[in-house]
Amino acid sequence: MSSLAARYRRFAALRLWLLAAMAVVLCATLALDLATGPSGMPFADVVAGLLQPASLPVEQRVILWEVRLPYAAMALLVGASLGLAGAEMQTALNNPLASPFTLGLSAAAAVGASIAVVSGFTLIAFGENLAVPLAAFVMAAAATLLIQLLAWRYGATVDTVVLFGIALLFSFEALLWLMQFIADSNALQQIVFWTMGSLARATWNKIAIVAAVLLACALWSAANVWSLTALRAGEDQARSFGIAVERLRLITLLRVSLLAATALAFVGTIGFVGLVGPHIARLLLGEDHRSYLPGSALAGALMLSGASILSKTLVPGVVLPIGIITALVGVPMFMALVLSRRRGV
Amino acid sequence: MSEGLELRHLSAGYPRRPVLEGLDLQCIAPGALVALAGPNAVGKSTLLKAIAGLRPVHGQVLLDGTDLATLAPRERLRRVGYLPQALPQASSLVAYEAMLSALRASRADLGRAQAEAAIARVFATLGLEALALRPLNELSGGQRQMIGLAQVLVRTPRLLLLDEPTSALDLRWQLQVLQAVRTQVTEGRTLAVIAVHDLNLALRFCDRIVVLGQGRPHNRLLAAGRPAEVLTPALLRDAYGVRARVERCSLGHPLVLADEALSPDDDIP
Repeated sequence: MSSLAARYRRFAALRLWLLAAMAVVLCATLALDLATGPSGMPFADVVAGLLQPASLPVEQRVILWEVRLPYAAMALLVGASLGLAGAEMQTALNNPLASPFTLGLSAAAAVGASIAVVSGFTLIAFGENLAVPLAAFVMAAAATLLIQLLAWRYGATVDTVVLFGIALLFSFEALLWLMQFIADSNALQQIVFWTMGSLARATWNKIAIVAAVLLACALWSAANVWSLTALRAGEDQARSFGIAVERLRLITLLRVSLLAATALAFVGTIGFVGLVGPHIARLLLGEDHRSYLPGSALAGALMLSGASILSKTLVPGVVLPIGIITALVGVPMFMALVLSRRRGV
Repeated sequence: MSEGLELRHLSAGYPRRPVLEGLDLQCIAPGALVALAGPNAVGKSTLLKAIAGLRPVHGQVLLDGTDLATLAPRERLRRVGYLPQALPQASSLVAYEAMLSALRASRADLGRAQAEAAIARVFATLGLEALALRPLNELSGGQRQMIGLAQVLVRTPRLLLLDEPTSALDLRWQLQVLQAVRTQVTEGRTLAVIAVHDLNLALRFCDRIVVLGQGRPHNRLLAAGRPAEVLTPALLRDAYGVRARVERCSLGHPLVLADEALSPDDDIP
């Protein structure tokens, strides 16, 4: 009979293998994502173009390096950011329905973007490329700060915070409709397109920003990994271990808002990933945050990377907005996963 | 400097509505298992939280001569292990991870081998090895209560404060838990205060009992001492409003037998 510690180590090792397998699958989807697109490009050319850019004709090199690679990298990073943000949010608020989407962060970002479009702020200041993401980020960050202020000022319980977030979601949706109502037809089109979510706005500068924020937040959450895990056994329990639960919650929400607002600002509304990524990770890996957090990030990246492939292949010759794909294809897949799990147990 | 636990003029509760006021308790020496009894809502949980430092208090809690209020919250909760009344929540965490996180989050200084040894020891004591790799959401309420207790015992605090640790347990597990706590307290020369409703468990396992009673304007200490001496029909009537007997069983141990609840009209002094 082996010792308890040895049994647990074998159990934990299995999870590490699962994480590694997810990473391998992610590499495969990334490759497939690069290989698909309206202009056919043989897979061998993609590999050659990545290793030796000079070996491809200029036209193909531009498609690979300025279109496909930024799209694919953005899908991966935004998916990972939203997955990680959703996972931390669900733990901090002790609610499996919490996500940047359900608590109004996406809606806030959309309002910010629409204000920038309608007000003509884009023309005056930094140009459309930066002004819209900036306004979206500011609004999403403001929404989370508002939620945090409530939690901190009134010592609100997590359920109150969640309810407040849902109320915010509806308020921001109303504001979004208002902006659409007063927008002229050109602006309206821009707003609607933004709210569908799209990777078409990816540039290397934006990718660098999202990657830097993701890396910083991932390292930051690693410092809290045991406290967050302990919180899953119960709030009173965590408090009795000497964990300052209120402070941990505030810090975690702050990190989530930074992650989600940055990701959403550059790609628009992508709802489903932040909610479902963590659920997939939980089903596969449990809730020890040492594997749950990276697992959620990987699951989110996988989902968005897969959605990116589908967005290019579902209707030949057309790239559909990725926000539509994540919801339409992701929801039935997720339901199947949940139901199969229920039957299995 | 006196070893043990002492309360000096302790008041606790909510900011505008103190539940307990002016509680004094003479020093209880290490190695003692103390029962905390009294009717519902009398402030047993409040008192335990106050001692743990999770509720603001007036007055002093002295542990081995140190006023606990002078310690940083983390240091205080290292010496004082508090088991909340709420069961651990039914999450996807496996029991072993609940234990690991309890240790890691509270004692960063502990090495991996030490942590593994501590967890193995507590799981063996409580007979929980079979549950180690099961997620909490597949365990019964009683099993989760055992994991919650294990999370406290594994940190080997100087003072254990257990809020109704046996409320969800069957007969066998009630005994197993009390025996495990008894052993840890006696062998480690530590202290434990256990809020209980089952007075017969207190009679069987505890060295001392502290009984709280309703009072106006605040609840108060009704009695403290050896369980067999403190628990009398008169005290049970005062504390709980019941007509009760204390009789000896065939083995000679005293047992509390409650006969009927007295109505408020009955003459309760």
